[in-house]
Amino acid sequence: MTADVRQIRTAAEQALAGAFSDLKPRLVGAERERADAFRMFEEAGLPHRRVEEWKYTDLRALMREAKPLAGKPGKTALDSALAAAKGAGVLAGVDARRLVVVNGTFVPELSDTKNLEAGLSIVSLSDALARNDGAASGIGQTVPTKDVAVALNTAFMTDGVIVRVADGAKIARPIVVAYVFTGDAAATFTRSMVSLGNDAALTLVETFEGPAGVDYQVNTALDAVVGDRAHFDHVKIGRDGGKALHLGTTMARVGAEARMHDFAFTTGSAVTRNQVFLNVIGDDSKVAINGGNLLKDRQHVDTTLVVDHGSLGCESRELFKHVLDDESRGIFQGKIIVQPGAQKTDGKMASHALLLSESAEADNKPELEIFADDVVCGHGATAGALDEELLFYLMARGIPKKESEALLIQSFVGEAIETIEHEGVREALLELAAEWLKARG
Amino acid sequence: MSLLEVKNLHVEIEGKKILNGLTLTVEKGKVHAIMGPNGSGKSTLAYVLAGKDDYEVTEGEVLLDGENVLEMEPDERAAKGIFLAFQYPMEIPGVATMTFLRTALNAQRKRRGESELTIPQFMKQVKETAGKLQIDMDMLKRGVNVGFSGGEKKRNEILQMAMLAPRLAVLDETDSGLDIDALKIVADGVNALRSPDRGMIVITHYQRLLNYIVPDVVHVMAKGRVVKTGGKELALELEAHGYAEYREAAE
Repeated sequence: MTADVRQIRTAAEQALAGAFSDLKPRLVGAERERADAFRMFEEAGLPHRRVEEWKYTDLRALMREAKPLAGKPGKTALDSALAAAKGAGVLAGVDARRLVVVNGTFVPELSDTKNLEAGLSIVSLSDALARNDGAASGIGQTVPTKDVAVALNTAFMTDGVIVRVADGAKIARPIVVAYVFTGDAAATFTRSMVSLGNDAALTLVETFEGPAGVDYQVNTALDAVVGDRAHFDHVKIGRDGGKALHLGTTMARVGAEARMHDFAFTTGSAVTRNQVFLNVIGDDSKVAINGGNLLKDRQHVDTTLVVDHGSLGCESRELFKHVLDDESRGIFQGKIIVQPGAQKTDGKMASHALLLSESAEADNKPELEIFADDVVCGHGATAGALDEELLFYLMARGIPKKESEALLIQSFVGEAIETIEHEGVREALLELAAEWLKARG
Repeated sequence: MSLLEVKNLHVEIEGKKILNGLTLTVEKGKVHAIMGPNGSGKSTLAYVLAGKDDYEVTEGEVLLDGENVLEMEPDERAAKGIFLAFQYPMEIPGVATMTFLRTALNAQRKRRGESELTIPQFMKQVKETAGKLQIDMDMLKRGVNVGFSGGEKKRNEILQMAMLAPRLAVLDETDSGLDIDALKIVADGVNALRSPDRGMIVITHYQRLLNYIVPDVVHVMAKGRVVKTGGKELALELEAHGYAEYREAAE
């Protein structure tokens, strides 16, 4: 006998269930994965505050309705996406290969897939799923999870990019995937995959943008497989419109003697949940998950990380800087797991919040689950206002108060941004932080 | 008109009286040394002149060129020409000293209605000044005072002072933590900035610094006010006899 423990479904949950059957014809390929994922969602429902992993981000309350799936972009949408991409120019100065996904659909006309470097291949997820040629195989298997945001993404994924870098290929030019939203409120489910062969190298930047006044919903996920001795840098720039709900997940599996650096920078969206689930499976690898958030009004950014060390002698570093103005809220939940065999693991996690207003809030929840006895793991978290002594030092040199504050905020968040290896991308983010500060006035 | 006039200054911090009717006049072109035992209020005077807001002025006046500065914010005072060389200079990671200096200089110039320095003008000036103070230009590209030794931090303060060219420079225990070589470099830097238009207040606990920066006037502070004023020989007298008699005199 089975008892249904979930009696009442919310309107959003009902809408998602309806959409899943109605949209069957549009949700091409990976039928089994989609069905399994949807079942997982149906069993769990939308997570709420009594679900520990989501205690600070009550998705059931925040997602009162499920927006209809965004349609394929027409000419108007593409034109405005193009204008948005040009106008924003976040990484305009960076020599990069640009790929564009508009309203959840990969747009070949706006994407640069010509003259690919040796060892690099790029296909769209929708093409791979339609052809069913194995290009999308392994999706959702990078890091097995029961996470509901990921389950919904797998069930509804429409498009994205699949980037493969062959063994030994080192791709110097970063790949920038711009996810642009335009038009009326709708939902997008984008899924991308990156796989780096042994000794391969790649910098992938994902940017998210959309209109300020539209309450659209973004659910995006990335599967990344990093081969032995490979080097993967991933930078995610969240600049969705101020009413948007953004659920993002990066799932990565890292081989031996490899390096991975994940960086998330967020200034956009009403609500953002950035999840990173990372498994280190090979020995002697180094991973870093860093980020910087600059928030105002009632913005809410929840960064949730799980780093699972299953191999010997690996190092992980997490450094997050949250700048919180007005009534914004920055959340950091970081979990480091050290499996019984993962001796000599060296893990350090830090989350620091700078509170610019008395109504801003920072929540930090570091967790260490250590099952090996020869490891070094630590975490630190702070929350505080601008240092009055530093402020006085700057002002005593003649720098006005607002400008002094801006320099100190820039210094604070800069410490995290400085960890980005690619100079152009790093400079672009420092510039974005400066712009945010200028807009603060 | 005197450059600086401090009249009957009373200052409290968290209800505790630190300065008790301090009166002091600094003339243009002169170097005034302020000496005194620990806790006599020397550093408080420095902070109050620069405008630190933890201190509450309950009575008295501070006039720079006849203008009351007590209502001004620290940045406004800086633009008027008050410079404080900190006893403990702050570290600001992620803000290069060069950026910091240029921002400060241009902010002051802007407030005074002067045009901003161009980058080449600024660079030339920094290079020359840093050279004299034996400061490596590479250090100036790094975060302000980050990874600097005690001596380097003090030299960086003098570099800032030289670049900002204040009317009144207040040096708070600039000798603390310096070995003799570093002390000489700093003193040479300060002496180079002596000028007929500029007044200086050199705060120190020890006479040693005054062998290198020879003052025109020496004041002794005790219990929050000036208890004796004299020439440079007063410093030597203090070195020989200590502060004991002044502690009693202030009772």
